[in-house]
Amino acid sequence: MNKLTSKSWYWILLIIAGLAVLWVPLPASASLPAERHFQVDAKRFEYSPEVLKVNLGDQVSIDLVATDVVHGLAVDGYNLEVKAEPGQTAHLTFIADQQGTFRFHCTVTCGNMHPFMTGKLEVGQNTLLWRSMALAGLAAIMAIWKAQK
Amino acid sequence: MTRLQDISYLEKVVVEQSSLRGGRRETLPRRVDLYRLPWLRPLIENRWPQLVLRILTLGGLVFTITAGLFGTRVGSHNFAIIFVWIAWWTSLKLGFIPFGGRAWCSICPIPLPGEWLQQASLLGPKRPRLGLNLQWPKRIHGSWLQAIGFLLIGLFSAVTLTDPHVTGWVLVGLLIVSCGLSLVFKHRAFCTHLCPVGGFSGMYAQASPVEVRTIDKELCAQHAVKSCYQVCPWGLYPLAFQDSSACGLCMECLRACPYDNLALNVRPFGTDLSRQKSPSHLGLAFLALIMLGSVMAFSAVFTGPWGWLKSASFEVGSLKWVGYALGYLLLNLIFMPGIFVLSVWVGNKFTHDGNKLKQSLATHAQALFPLGLMAWIAFTVSFALPKLNLIVGVLNDPFGWGWHWLGRIDLSQKTALTGVSSLLQVVLLVTGLYWSVRVVQTISTRNGKPVSVMNLPLVAFSLLFTLVMMWLLVG
Repeated sequence: MNKLTSKSWYWILLIIAGLAVLWVPLPASASLPAERHFQVDAKRFEYSPEVLKVNLGDQVSIDLVATDVVHGLAVDGYNLEVKAEPGQTAHLTFIADQQGTFRFHCTVTCGNMHPFMTGKLEVGQNTLLWRSMALAGLAAIMAIWKAQK
Repeated sequence: MTRLQDISYLEKVVVEQSSLRGGRRETLPRRVDLYRLPWLRPLIENRWPQLVLRILTLGGLVFTITAGLFGTRVGSHNFAIIFVWIAWWTSLKLGFIPFGGRAWCSICPIPLPGEWLQQASLLGPKRPRLGLNLQWPKRIHGSWLQAIGFLLIGLFSAVTLTDPHVTGWVLVGLLIVSCGLSLVFKHRAFCTHLCPVGGFSGMYAQASPVEVRTIDKELCAQHAVKSCYQVCPWGLYPLAFQDSSACGLCMECLRACPYDNLALNVRPFGTDLSRQKSPSHLGLAFLALIMLGSVMAFSAVFTGPWGWLKSASFEVGSLKWVGYALGYLLLNLIFMPGIFVLSVWVGNKFTHDGNKLKQSLATHAQALFPLGLMAWIAFTVSFALPKLNLIVGVLNDPFGWGWHWLGRIDLSQKTALTGVSSLLQVVLLVTGLYWSVRVVQTISTRNGKPVSVMNLPLVAFSLLFTLVMMWLLVG
C-alpha cells in the first residue's frame, strides 16, 4: 500500500510540476509595438544579419539585398516569401503577431548549401526554449528522485 | 528453407549430435519471439525474400552512384544527395535503428559484392570460400576505427552531404574497400571494424527492442558443431552475446540451428544497457562521445543561422575550413572526452565506486547511448523532415536533367512542420535525458551500491548536453 502511495505521489508531483513548467505564464514584454526595419544582405549560404530580434506586435519591414546570385527569404510559421535578383532589393512587410523563434530560409537554389541557408527571426521571448530547459531540469530531478525510492 | 542438414559438409556431424536433448528452454522476461510467428517464420527461414531486398538495395546503390557521378552537381536536384542524406538517413535514424537495431545491416548493399565473392554464393554460405581469410589484427579491434571514420565524415560533412559527385565517389570507395577487405579478411571485416554507420548502428542497437538470443544455453553449449557460428557471416557465436551491438540480424544462425534453439525477440527498449563493461569497450565510449559532439556540430552547421560556419565547413582546404576542422576536432577529441572523463572520475570519488577509471568510463558510457540516439533523432527531425518534398522532385528527375518521369508536378509545397517539429524535438531530448539518467541509476544499483550515490556529475553532463541541443534546435 505504502509503495503504491509513494509511486502515486511521484506521478502526481511529476504531472503537477510538468504542467506548471508548461503553463505558468512568463512575464510579458512591457514594450509597445513599434516599426522595425532591417536590411538583410543575402550571399552564398549566409544572411547578414543572421538573427532578427523584434517584439510581439511590431511592424517589421525587411529589405532583402542579394549580393551575388538570386536569393529568396521565406519565414517559417508566417507564410511569407520574397525573392531578390542579384544587386536588387526586395521588400517584405508584416506584423510580428506570433511569439517565438522562427527560421527563415532561402527559397531559390543558390548553391550546394542552399537547403541549409537559414536565419532566425526572434519575436519576443522564446518561451518554448525556457520551458523546454525547465522541463529538462525537471526530468533530471524526477529521474534522480525516482532512483532514491 | 535452410537447416543445418542442408549443408553437406556438416551433415555427418549433425546426425551424430542429434541425440542431444535440451535441458531448459529459457523464456526471457518480457520477450516476444518473432521467429515463432507462423506467418513470419517462412519469410525468415527462406533466404529468397532477404535476397530480393538485398538485390533491390544494391540496384538502388548502383543507381545512386550513377546519379551522383553523372547527374547535376546541384545537390537538392540530384537523386544521390536526396536519397542518401534525406530519405535513407531519415529512415535509418527514425526507423531502422530505434526500432530494429542493426536491421539495416541485414540488407545493406555495401558489403554484398564482397560477401558474395567471399562465400562464392548468392544464397548463403558454401565452401570453398574465396580470398585469404585472414584474421582481423587484434591491435585494431574495437570501435576506434569506426569512430575515426565518423570524425572524417564530420570534417567533410558539408561537402559530402551536398555535392553529388563527392557522395558518388564516397559510395564507390566504400564498395571497393568493403570488397577488398572481404577478400583479405574473414567474415564482415569492413562492417565490424570500419563502417562508421555500422559503428553507431551497433552502439544504438543496444537501446533498440530487437535481439537474437539462444533459447536453451545448455543445449547450445553441448552442441559441438556450433552450426550457428559456422554459418555466421559476421563470425559471431550467439551463445556469447552480451548485447546486440555486433549482430547484423542476417538470420543465418536461426536458419542453421538444427535444434531450433534461437529466438528473434522483441524486447523492452534499452534492455542491453547498464551492464558492467570491461576496458576493452573504451572504443565504444569514444564513439559515443564523438556521436554527441558530431550531433552538436551538425546541428550548428546545418540547422543554425550562422552563415560563416556553413561557409567554413563547405570550403574544404581554405583557412576558414582549417578553423572549422580544428574546432570540430577539439570538440570531439578534447572537450567532450575531457568533460566526460572528469564527470566519471569525480563521480567515482564521491561514490567510492571501486572500479578502475577505465572500467567506469566503459560502463558509464552506456548512459550516453540513449542521450545520443534521441539527440540524433531530434536533429533529423529538423534536418531532413522539412526537405522530404525534395524526394518527389528527384524521383521525377533523378539526374537533374529536366526529365518529368512523374509528369509536371508542383514541388514548391514545403512540409509545414515548424511548430510540431520543435515540440517533437523537445520531447525527444527530454526523453533521452530521462532515459540516460535512469541508465546511470541502474549502473549504480548493479554496482551493488545504494542508489543515493549514483554518479551525479554524469547526470549533470547529460543535462548540460541536452540544454545545448535544445538551444541549437529550438533556440
